[in-house]
Amino acid sequence: MTEKLTLIAPEIALFVTTCVVMVLGLSPSLAARKMCAWISGLGLVIAAGLAVPAVLDVQTASAATGIFPSMQPYMKGLIAVVGLMLLPMMSGTVDREMETMIAAGRAKYEALRANRAEFYSFFLFSLTGLMLTVSADDLIWLFLALELTSLPTYIMVTISTRSTRSQEAGVKYFFIGALGAAVFLYGFALLYGATGSTSLAEIHRVLAAQEFGPEGGLSPIAIAGLVISLLGLGVKIAAVPMHFYVADVYQGAAAGVTAMLAFVPKAAGFVAIILLAGAVGWGHEAEPRQLPDALHWTLWILAAATMTAGNVLAALQSSVKRMLAYSSIAHSGYMLAGVMAGPGERGFFDDGIAAVLFYLLCYGVMNVGAFAVLAAIERRDGRETDEIDDIRGLHRRHPHLAAAMLLCSLSLLGLPPLLGFFGKLGLFTAVISTGTADMYALAVVLGINSAIAAFYYLRLVMAAYIDAPDEAREAELEPVARPTRTIAAMVSAGGVVVLLAVVGPLMGFSLEAAGFSSELDGAGFEAGRGAQLEPETPTPAPSPEAD
Amino acid sequence: MSEAVQHPAPPKPAAQSAWVAAVAFFASLGLLAAPIEITRLLAMMGIPIVFAAFMIFRPASNARWWALSATSANLLLSLKLMADFFASPPAGGGFSMIFAREIVPEIGFSFSLGLDAVSVLLIALTALLGPVCVLGSWNAIRRRQRLFYGWLLLLQTAMYGVFAARDLLVFYISFEFTLLPLFVLINEFGSSDRRRAAVKFFLYTFTGSIIALVGLLFVAFHAASRPEIGVFTLDIGLLAEAARTMPASAQALVMLAMLAGFAVKVPLFPVHTWLPLAHTEAPTAGSVILAGVLLKLGTYAIYRFVLPFTPEAAFDYAPYIAVLSIIGIVYAGLVCWVQNDVKKLVAYSSVSHLGFCVLGLFAMNSIGLTGSVLYMINHGLSTGALFLLIGFMYERYHTRDLRQLGGLASKMPVWSFFMVFFVMASVGLPGLNGFVSEFMTMMGTFQSDSALVDSQPGATFGPLGPWYAFAAATGVIVAAIYLLTMLAKIVWGPLREPPGHADGHAEDDGAAGALPRDVTTAHELIPLTALAALCLLFGLYPKPLIVALEPPINAQVASIRSAIELSVPNVPDGVERQVVGPVNGEAAPAASGRVGESE
Repeated sequence: MTEKLTLIAPEIALFVTTCVVMVLGLSPSLAARKMCAWISGLGLVIAAGLAVPAVLDVQTASAATGIFPSMQPYMKGLIAVVGLMLLPMMSGTVDREMETMIAAGRAKYEALRANRAEFYSFFLFSLTGLMLTVSADDLIWLFLALELTSLPTYIMVTISTRSTRSQEAGVKYFFIGALGAAVFLYGFALLYGATGSTSLAEIHRVLAAQEFGPEGGLSPIAIAGLVISLLGLGVKIAAVPMHFYVADVYQGAAAGVTAMLAFVPKAAGFVAIILLAGAVGWGHEAEPRQLPDALHWTLWILAAATMTAGNVLAALQSSVKRMLAYSSIAHSGYMLAGVMAGPGERGFFDDGIAAVLFYLLCYGVMNVGAFAVLAAIERRDGRETDEIDDIRGLHRRHPHLAAAMLLCSLSLLGLPPLLGFFGKLGLFTAVISTGTADMYALAVVLGINSAIAAFYYLRLVMAAYIDAPDEAREAELEPVARPTRTIAAMVSAGGVVVLLAVVGPLMGFSLEAAGFSSELDGAGFEAGRGAQLEPETPTPAPSPEAD
Repeated sequence: MSEAVQHPAPPKPAAQSAWVAAVAFFASLGLLAAPIEITRLLAMMGIPIVFAAFMIFRPASNARWWALSATSANLLLSLKLMADFFASPPAGGGFSMIFAREIVPEIGFSFSLGLDAVSVLLIALTALLGPVCVLGSWNAIRRRQRLFYGWLLLLQTAMYGVFAARDLLVFYISFEFTLLPLFVLINEFGSSDRRRAAVKFFLYTFTGSIIALVGLLFVAFHAASRPEIGVFTLDIGLLAEAARTMPASAQALVMLAMLAGFAVKVPLFPVHTWLPLAHTEAPTAGSVILAGVLLKLGTYAIYRFVLPFTPEAAFDYAPYIAVLSIIGIVYAGLVCWVQNDVKKLVAYSSVSHLGFCVLGLFAMNSIGLTGSVLYMINHGLSTGALFLLIGFMYERYHTRDLRQLGGLASKMPVWSFFMVFFVMASVGLPGLNGFVSEFMTMMGTFQSDSALVDSQPGATFGPLGPWYAFAAATGVIVAAIYLLTMLAKIVWGPLREPPGHADGHAEDDGAAGALPRDVTTAHELIPLTALAALCLLFGLYPKPLIVALEPPINAQVASIRSAIELSVPNVPDGVERQVVGPVNGEAAPAASGRVGESE
């Protein structure tokens, strides 16, 4: 039990910070209120400090239970780092008018009207939930953690701006999110019914017994449970057709919150999908490296539809936020393809899970930048910049922001040699390594989609980096960029370039993180996979009992 | 990297900057004496990046000096590189100056470079066109100069990377990265329809090359599953060996995937539509680089990947590709004939010319391949020069419309001389360089007929044959028609000038001084003269180039041939491709397929 506590140390650190921030944010003293962001940052640094060294420490990782035990240190470190990148975008999102009025002496501080405490603490709550999702080894834990990730975001969306649009977005997001939660909870219940356990490891054993036992296949209830859970989780990752809310919600929320929405619930959804898929296993009777047919084809259709619809719809938008919203849908589609490929045996290049985890890292880093550029420039009337015309000619007044937009957009588009390219390359190699015709087809779909994505990312690049400014528009914008958000943009753009130097080690970490539990390995699904992967090697295939 | 509207910089910092640029130039020349040859190649890739980085922090008005220093240093380094390479060429057409460092072992990615004669010559061509582009933009680019020259320099590095790559990812990254600089150059510095041109250019090539990447990665996984390799590697040499063991159906798919990427770049007939637009809208330097080097990335990739990786599939599909090339040659030629925009005319002529290049590659014999590689170089020289000339004319008249221009020989005799000269080189007038390569590709196509090897003394191994050469030759006639028609209109005949330019001078648009009536300034004459001299040299005495190309091309042809001959017993329909045997003659379907095609 104490081992488990050490494993969730980052979560505990974040939770403690959350409590501190929640109280501090209500303080009548301005200095104390201003400490909120700093203390949140400190909490994230501590969480990262508790999580990241464990990436290097395999011993700690192996103490973890669950099916992907080593995923915890990697993902928690990543979450803390992305959280730190998001934090400068959060600052100044809420309570600005009130603080200005107080500073001008026109109003007095009212704790009831202030939102700062909730805003930061819910941000940290959501990240805590995401970390707990990673730690989940049980369906109930998984459900609770997913809800802890999502619930705070509903409120954050609602309070992020003062316009009614945000309220509409929040309500919409809440209802759809609740619907999704109900659906995957139902799926979890069916899964429990089919296997008699809520522990993922136990489910893995029971399903393996079903697949390779006398029944000769998974029970229909288990399959129904898996598919239904998957569809429910599709809401979290905004897979088509569960994507309808995304554009409105992303547009309604403040850019900082939108950047968070594009990463946090999505990462939670992917971790949950990976855990569920891991519980089923990628070994299969007909195809040794494929999920069971029902899941495989559900995912195939989801992946292809998600990336295609996301990209095509993104290409039609003139609002940058909506464009990025749809593009985030497309990125979900790419990652689903990696989940389908499943773990490999030989290294990063054929491990779909490692590819997804690495892509989450790349996406987390580069995605912040695009939103941060948008958030950094503001309109004089206090509304958020959103139209593509607002960032036209950015290079004149804010050359560094334009350069950040250039780097982040091109990285999101996957142009070599930026970070996003290596992320996408991992997905490509993993998908191709499965060696089946339908996965080759998916690789081609992925390729064509990258090209569609190029179309709208280039529009962003052109607008910010090349075009001449629209004079009328420019007059409506604040001449000075928000400093903290500029920093976020620069960090993100810098990361896209600097992390190239350590792409190899990062891939190594993600590969380690994707390691399947050694206790469960050999439970039946992995049988014969080695033989399939390297058909022409002279070594005989390991028998199921051998390991 | 961006700046407001350029005002002439105060003289003092500008002078300083020119000094710094000059010092940096001489410092880079120190690399000529570097003891290890590969450092020169690495330096050639590094110098543009370093100079571009410095340039950003210097006054914009001197950006062109920085660009000129970097590209001239590279030109000198490339000459030294070439001299070193040919002083001790690698045995058996292999690679020398090999450099390899593991970068990301997790995906088998190593920064691995190596040169054979083909890549050395193409690198030299790239290095030569570098200063040509800078000089060609000397007066044309007045705003956002750092942006322009910075991306122009980065483009150089990427092109060297493509030609020197011995690792799949080094190749792919460089290949893809060429898109971005050109996208920026066209988008910001092009003419009226530049937006559409830039996006279309980017999307076409990006889509194609991603599909090519899928094909190439498939080969890498196939190689990893081979016992003799056993690890996941992206080394091009190892992959080429392993790729041949793929079953015929997989080879065909891989080849189609690769062609999806490379044929767009060339461009081959049905996917050529981005090219006329991009060439026409691009600024002069962009057109010169596009025509001079970037199109060759496609043909080079066919030479480097399609032929060695999938020789059987290439052999099988060669007739179809040849038909597409011939359609491209003739169709683009006919389109040229009716063009009024002289730049568009030259752009379409590139589609037509590159068709010969692809035809020579798929002839799969030594003479065809040699002709193709020579074509890449010669086309770069002559078409690059034509775009340069059109750019110089445009700076003076601000139009490229053939209906508004005519009889310029009386106003611009020097310009007209060069125009006639390079058009002749492009048409393939014997004595100039275009003739040699065009003749060799046609010759290669003519002889490339496995079915006739025994009965006809001149025939060599190959999938094509005389009918293809015959069809392609009509393209030569069309080329003569449209290019000479263009000359007749623009150089000779009654003088026609657009209104407002009756004195033949450009209107001064804010520059330091107006241009002279003719192309007599140094920055115009130097590149033109250099290119003309090379055209003449390679036309009169191409032998050194042909000799230099012999070893790698012979090795390539021999290995293609052995792959196809070895594969015959394994493939059920292998008899069809039998090169020597009792049934050849009327029964060899390589011939029957061909006749079916051309009828």
